[in-house]
Amino acid sequence: MDYVKLFELIVSSALINNFVFTMFLGLCIFFGVSKKMETAVGMSITFLMVMVVSAALSWVIYEFIMIPLDLTFLKIIIFIGIVAAFVQSADTIMKKVSPALYYKLGVYLALITTNCIIIAVPLHNAGEKYNFLESIAFALGSGIGFGLALVIMASIREKLEVADVPAPFRGLPISFIIAGLISLAFTGFSGLITL
Amino acid sequence: MSLHKKSSWELIKNGMFGENTIFRMAISLCPSIAVTNGMKNGVALGISVMFVQTMVNFTVSLLRNFIHPKIRIPIFMLIIAGYVTIIDLLMATYARPIYKEIGLYIQIIVAFASIFARAEVFANKNKVWPSVCDGFGMGVGFLMAMVVISFFRELLGRGELFGYSLISGNPLLIMVLPAGGFLAVGLLMGFFNWVDMKFYGGKGASGV
Repeated sequence: MDYVKLFELIVSSALINNFVFTMFLGLCIFFGVSKKMETAVGMSITFLMVMVVSAALSWVIYEFIMIPLDLTFLKIIIFIGIVAAFVQSADTIMKKVSPALYYKLGVYLALITTNCIIIAVPLHNAGEKYNFLESIAFALGSGIGFGLALVIMASIREKLEVADVPAPFRGLPISFIIAGLISLAFTGFSGLITL
Repeated sequence: MSLHKKSSWELIKNGMFGENTIFRMAISLCPSIAVTNGMKNGVALGISVMFVQTMVNFTVSLLRNFIHPKIRIPIFMLIIAGYVTIIDLLMATYARPIYKEIGLYIQIIVAFASIFARAEVFANKNKVWPSVCDGFGMGVGFLMAMVVISFFRELLGRGELFGYSLISGNPLLIMVLPAGGFLAVGLLMGFFNWVDMKFYGGKGASGV
């Protein structure tokens, strides 16, 4: 097993090809929950877990059911089905098993189904023909990257609350411009690793 | 629900201006930046979304009395995914060069908050024709936003429109870079807020 390659995959998907700043996925949630640090952290953790599990599930189903049956053209429908079913069941199980955890993270779970990253990861894994461990590494890296983006953004936006922003730019517009600047900074990571 | 009393034109207009997905509601933002580095890509995705949005609203509204409320979310997802697959396969066959660039984002339409939201909020409660108008209006609004953003980005970033060179000299390379997308959307949003506040006495400040 080539562990170096897996590590490279994690780093590159977290930093170089960061989903938020270079591929622009998951922006709705990125701007939606980055107002407070606490929610940003909660979202990142939930997101990372859902992402890894759904990538693993999708890989198994893609490899052992869809390819043998020649059903790959249905991948959009099937992947979104897997994610939605998994999120729904995680929601139900969590409510029953650990109400304390559900109270903390349940809100974010409901939001996750409409996040583009969650469907982009299995599609990307299938497109690149990753094996099982590579798929998980990619999901892990993307999850870490998304968490990193959320935490950076939240820490800036908390400071922004007290800043004097021109009225038309208050709220979302200024957040977009900040995201643009962070994205410019992330461009600096390109070339760090060449896969 | 007073929405269904509006005329068809009012419904379409609402989607185009009043509740414009990108500049007003601030949802479905991902593609507004990802594919707007050129007019061609922006228009292609805009039209795809328009088609999916209209057809999903049509189908959901047609089936609204048969869908049990408890399982409506997975059903909506399936309907959306079905139409996205149609567009995906059509694009892959007939528009190969564009598909290579924006294929991933076409597939991502399935997770668009705006399409899902309209199905849930509007089509699920209204008759077929108003729903189609509403979906069409939302789609046109989305297309317009895509056109505006990609117009500025391609013109400033490459000095071109639809690939035809218009301005000579050094373009602002940053506008076609990922960072430029965020900046363009941020500035345009701020501009529309400013217009709204200055001339229409609105509160500005969209969503979130």
